[in-house]
Parts: sequence; structure tokens; C-alpha cells
Amino acid sequence: MMNAKAEAFKDDLAQQPWSLYLTQTRRLTVIELRRNLVSWRASWIYFLAFVPTLIIFIHLLFDSHPQSTMSDDSNVLAGIVQLYYIRLGIFFGCLGIFSRLIRGEMIERSLHFYLLAPVRREILLLSKFIAGSVSALLLFVTAIVADFVLMYAAYGPAGRAYILSATGLAQLEAYVAIAVLACLGYGAVFLLLSMMFRNPTPAAMLVLGWEAINPVMPSLLQKLSVASYLRHMMPVSIAGEGIFALLTVETEPVSGWVAALGLLMLTAVVLIYSCYRIRKLEIRYTTE
Amino acid sequence: MSDRIVFEDVSKFYGEVLGVNRISLSIPPGITTLVGPNGSGKTTLMNLMTGLVQPSSGRISVLGLDPGDATGFFRNVGYCTQFDSFPRGIVGWQFVLDSLMLHGMNKADAYKLTMEALDRAQLGDAAGRQIAGYSKGMRQKIRLAQAIAHHPRVLVLDEPLNGLDPVARAESLALFEELGREGMHLLISSHILDEVDRISDRVVLITGGYLIAEGNIHQVRQEVRDKPMQVLIRCDHPELLASKMFAINHCVEARLHADGRGVFLRTADIDQFYSLLNGIAVEGLVKIESVAPADDDANAIYQYLIGSDGSAS
Repeated sequence: MMNAKAEAFKDDLAQQPWSLYLTQTRRLTVIELRRNLVSWRASWIYFLAFVPTLIIFIHLLFDSHPQSTMSDDSNVLAGIVQLYYIRLGIFFGCLGIFSRLIRGEMIERSLHFYLLAPVRREILLLSKFIAGSVSALLLFVTAIVADFVLMYAAYGPAGRAYILSATGLAQLEAYVAIAVLACLGYGAVFLLLSMMFRNPTPAAMLVLGWEAINPVMPSLLQKLSVASYLRHMMPVSIAGEGIFALLTVETEPVSGWVAALGLLMLTAVVLIYSCYRIRKLEIRYTTE
Repeated sequence: MSDRIVFEDVSKFYGEVLGVNRISLSIPPGITTLVGPNGSGKTTLMNLMTGLVQPSSGRISVLGLDPGDATGFFRNVGYCTQFDSFPRGIVGWQFVLDSLMLHGMNKADAYKLTMEALDRAQLGDAAGRQIAGYSKGMRQKIRLAQAIAHHPRVLVLDEPLNGLDPVARAESLALFEELGREGMHLLISSHILDEVDRISDRVVLITGGYLIAEGNIHQVRQEVRDKPMQVLIRCDHPELLASKMFAINHCVEARLHADGRGVFLRTADIDQFYSLLNGIAVEGLVKIESVAPADDDANAIYQYLIGSDGSAS
């Protein structure tokens, strides 16, 4: 019985027009990028991404950088990634980008055009997710790479040597991986929230609160957090003081790849549930 | 593949609010007009048909296709909705092209069909402008162009004449007639009954979410037995004809035409009426030029079955 079901599922998969799905995904992604990335409405997200870059650049121009302070700046950069980007910049940036993908179109009353196209709703949702991810990654990965380069470029030849050293590149690689996973994880969560709630912001605030108190939760509940996975991947540990201690506390140590895999699985589960929800989605703009 | 649009006992409730209740329809090819007052369930019926809302109960199929299978369904169906909004910052031709490319077409084919659709919708040079700057009539036209661009077999049009000036209305009606002649299934909802009436093969009357009547306009009119039928007879002595018909037939009302060269007669027995009229014509006392039903159009049926206040009588 089980074998027959598996066979039927395999047959069903084989009969799907995958090349059409790929073409549609590409087209929808282009439409979405055109709509979201090149828009004045996205300017505040550009600001969120690049405000640390601007500050680091000003420091580069006006402050002296004796080589002895390079390790301090490594901690500062780790703090910027862990406390600013993960907790605020990427969090709110993804809230802005991903909650507009479906809900924004419902508010603007234009979602029906996509639902009336010969596109499976799952393809529509995943394409929008891809477009949102590309937008978020373009902004935040670029910003983090720029932060890293500017932070060490201030130290002249020693800084440049560090950037190109194995340690420096490993650090950069870890920050980029963290940014990528943060964008995917938060993106999936906010995309789902935007389908569940007319105004996803209060729910997002609850997520923010949850992420803050998550380290003191039992280990099972810690797995339901984007930030907790990312914390394990930080290349430089920072010691938080006062209220920040809650945001930096190290819990149940797990290896980086387990953390990455865990976060990708969390993202996949959220996206699968989102696909189920979009199949049931009804267009009733009068209630928006 | 079936050639019908089928609603089987379809109901839709928005929470506790009734959208439509137990609608069963089997619509053949041709032009069908959905007639009903505001809030009667016309748009709900169209949205149900295209999967924008899901039925609370019942089943819908369009040419045997299920709206849940978007890939197959929307290759055959185009829906020009009443929602007057568009993706931001887009120009007319790009809007149509984007939608065609979602069908998996290459750019050259999509561009060709885009230009053809824009031409059919008579959008002209406006196609190169931002939709945000369009007039209401132009927005209506670009929606129509988008709905017909992929040559669907079924075209659903929700109030397609809204916002159009008389010339554009006439052009749109001519286009609908042409599409109907090409064998397309057209389902139109409109408040402008006089104009849609001219091109419709069938009407579906709906009010308060309930189906009141459906079928060929003349058949539906004949089934409304409690409202005597009105006939306009053009002749040289309308007063004489009226007095004769009153004397021998169940005429209940006679009214002279404004030009004095015809008379509107209302009769409770249309078959006997025509038979007696033939007799009068043969007598030669009155020279009859033409005879035409004066109230078997969608407008009259609407008035008789639904009434001007929108409540079914």
C-alpha cells in the first residue's frame, strides 16, 4: 500500500512540467525584484543595511587605528553582526521585504493578477520567497562585506593582510553565512506571518521578544529560534554585559554545520506550511 | 473535454454572511449575462468560478477543468476583474507582457500577442504609458487586453463597461460579439443591461445570493406569466387596432407610440394575441408594418423578477 503511494507520488513528480515551473519562477523573481528592490519604498531597508557601514567609514576617515586595537575592532564587528544585524537590521529589513511579498500585494489589491495566471500557487510563493531572499541578501551581505573590509582597511597593510589571511577570510565567510541564513530564516517566518495576519508587525514583535528570551528556554524550545542557530556560528564570541548578556549567552553548544542545517530545516518547514496556506488563500480585498 | 461551465449546488458563506446559496448552473458556449443588483452575488459567482474564493460547499468546473489546477485552468480562462488596481510602476504593454510570459512563452511570442491584445482593446499609444496615469476607461481596457491576450476559451468579465464612454462601450460590445462569434465562452456581469442585452444569448438572474432565473432571454420572459407581455405594433391606424384588440383579446393595456404610428399592447395570452392580429391583418382594415416584442429584454426581465429595489418579486 505504502509502496503504491510512493510510486504514485514519484509518477506525479515525473509528470510535472518542471521546465515551465523554472521559467515561471525566473519571471516572477524578475517582476518581484523590479517591484521591490528598485523602489523608493525600499529606501529605509537600504538605510538599515548600510548605517553601520556609514559609521565604520566615518571612523575610517577620522579616527587613528593603532594596530593594537585590531582585536578590539574584531569584537566590535562581531557585536555589530550579532547585536545589530541579526537582532535589528536583518530582522526588520526582512520584516519589511518579506511581509510585503504577499500582504503588500493584497493591500495594493494586485495579488489577484498572479492568482489568475497559469502558475501553481506554490510556485508563486516560492518565487516570491526567492525574490525576497535575493533582495535581502544583496543588501545585507553587501553591507556586511563592506563593514568587514572597511573595518580592517583602516589598519593599512596589516589590515589588508588580515582580510586576505585564512583567519580573516574564515571570519568573513562565517559572517556571510550568518547573514544568508538569517535572511532565509527570518524571511520564511515573516512571509508566513504576513499570510496569517493582516498586520504582521505585532506578531513580528512577539518573534523579536521570543528571540530575546529564547536562550533561557528549555533546549527543545531553543530549536524554534533563528538567532539561537546563528549564535552558534559566530566566529568571534562577544561577552555581553547587562541586558546584552541575554542576547549573547551561549547555550547548548552545537557545531556550525548542525546549526546551519537546523536553520535550513526550520526554513523548509515554515515554507511548506506557507505553501499549504497559499493554496487556501482567498482574495477578499474588502476585508484588507 | 466538456464545453460547459458547471456549478453544482454551490454555496459560499463569508463567515455568517451569505455570498451565494445553492447555485446550480450549466452554461453552454456563447455570451451569458449575469444580471442582478449590487451585492447580489455576481462577483462572488465569478470569483468562485476562477478560484479567487473557495466554495463553502458544492463543485465548480469550467470546460471540465478545476480552478485548483492553475496551470491547465488559466491557459483556458481569462478573467477581467472589477478590481481597479495594478502592480505599481508598470506601463501598459509591460503589464500584458508580464502576464503572458507567466504562461511560459518566449519573449517574441509574448510580445506579438501583447500587441495584438492591445490593438483589439483599442488602447492605442497609451500602451507605452504608466498605468498609474490612465483614465478609468483606459484601465478597463488594459485589464481587458490582459484577459484576452492568451486567447482563452472562456472569458469572464466583471462589469467590463464601467467607466467607458459611449464610443468605447460600443467598441467593447463589438469586441465581445466578435469573441462570441469566434466560439469563446463569455460570462459578463453588467449594470448596463440595454447594451449587454443586444449581444447576450442567455441571462442568469441572481439576487440576494439566490438564482432567480436562467436561460434564453425570450424563454425567461415567457416564463414570467404573471406579467402580461408587451408588443409594439407599427401600423397606419393604431387607435383602430387598439380598439379591435381590446374587444376580442385579453389586452390589459394599450399605449400609443409617441410618433402616433404605432401602439404598445399588453396581453395576458400572447398566442391568442398573435392569432387575432393575423386575422385583423387579413381583414385589411389596418395595414401592419411591423410587430415586435417590447419587453422581452434583460432590462424588463430584471424589473419584473428583481424589481427596481433589488428584491426579488
